[in-house]
Amino acid sequence: MSDTLTVNLTVNGEKVSRAIEPRRNLVDFLREDLQLTGSHVGCEHGVCGACTLRVNGEIVRGCLMLAVQAEGAVVETIEGVSDSGEIADLQEAFHERNALQCGFCTPGMLLAAADLLNANPGAGRDQIREHISGNYCRCTGYQAIVDAIEAVGRKRSGQSS
Amino acid sequence: MKAAPFDFVRATALSDVFAAFERHGDDARIVAGGQSLMPMMNMRLAAPRVLVDINHIAELNGVSETDGTLRIGALTRHQELGVNALVAEHAPLLTMASTHIAHPAIRNRGTFGGSLSHADPAAELPACAIASDAVINAVSSSRGERSIKAVDFFLGTFHTALEPDEILVSVDIPIIGAAERVAFDELARRQGDYALVGLAAKGTIEGKTFKDLRLVFFSVADRPILATETIATLEGKDYSPDTVTVAEAALEVDLQDIDSDLHTSAATKTHLARVLVGRVLAELAGEGRQ
Repeated sequence: MSDTLTVNLTVNGEKVSRAIEPRRNLVDFLREDLQLTGSHVGCEHGVCGACTLRVNGEIVRGCLMLAVQAEGAVVETIEGVSDSGEIADLQEAFHERNALQCGFCTPGMLLAAADLLNANPGAGRDQIREHISGNYCRCTGYQAIVDAIEAVGRKRSGQSS
Repeated sequence: MKAAPFDFVRATALSDVFAAFERHGDDARIVAGGQSLMPMMNMRLAAPRVLVDINHIAELNGVSETDGTLRIGALTRHQELGVNALVAEHAPLLTMASTHIAHPAIRNRGTFGGSLSHADPAAELPACAIASDAVINAVSSSRGERSIKAVDFFLGTFHTALEPDEILVSVDIPIIGAAERVAFDELARRQGDYALVGLAAKGTIEGKTFKDLRLVFFSVADRPILATETIATLEGKDYSPDTVTVAEAALEVDLQDIDSDLHTSAATKTHLARVLVGRVLAELAGEGRQ
């Protein structure tokens, strides 16, 4: 039972091939096997959003997808989108506006925010709140996070903030 | 927590699924989006010995329209239901409902077929399937394909008419008629939470007159409830505040056996159902929200 399976995937632009136990979920695989500890593990049942990852361009719960289900997939983590500079403006806005305190939710929050702004940079505050509704933050009360995402959206869509 | 160990089968054809059923019987469990099964496994509420991943079975994908019927493949993601042009045109109830399902990251993985097979009493799509007069297509290796009306499909909490050796492959929905309208609403504590009470509705509206209504409540019992008494009461009636009052009274009969759950009493659920029926009837009649 539960022999390992070989899985080939791309993580942050690098090809990875590993033998993985089926029960290993994707976020644990990234953290434990690839030492990419930027994605966090919170509730482990899909509620908190701390484990948010990007798989084939779409955000998913890293705790609700098995690593063996990522065969052939393109996976991006907070490390990848940080290094590429894709979300530098969001990170700067989070910093400027104190949109994080302990930082546990921040990687997931940034990926959810980037997902929204890539599709709709002009998103209003209600749309922002709806889009990050699956990402819990227990420090900030969300106000500063919404402020930061809104500011970046305005900047990206050419409006003054 | 972490899931208990299991073997993993990566199916690329229905024959792979049937082979796994044959070999492992009840020990085999299908996983599609995994947005309900994986949490249950992580919390050790479920511990299948063999997981059969159907995400790579191409024939379970796709949305198509033929001869007045919209066919939606079992693997269609909730996110796709929300943006698909054919769904928006021919089955707009599903478009409306999709944004109420959990959160974007979950909608990117969760599937239509998975939601129906899982049969969570608080789920949106089973109620929409009944309201839409959907027909659910399932296949087994020994008996081939059969079709089950949505209204006969949901038998209880996590319990459907699917046999252990069957897999749900697609859902057929009669396309919406010119005089038909749909409405959907639910009350939840926070965006994306499970509904305290929800209502999926469809009907023919001539002027302000209701005909052939389908009102299906969810998160009130162990399966979606087709409100037959309320529907009969509203047949042929014009929309008005008095009509809403009559509908609210009839609702007491439809919901007399509903259950309290951990968070909400039956009395509160009945009250919330009355609120929803008022809103949804107004929306169907083109009166906007009350």
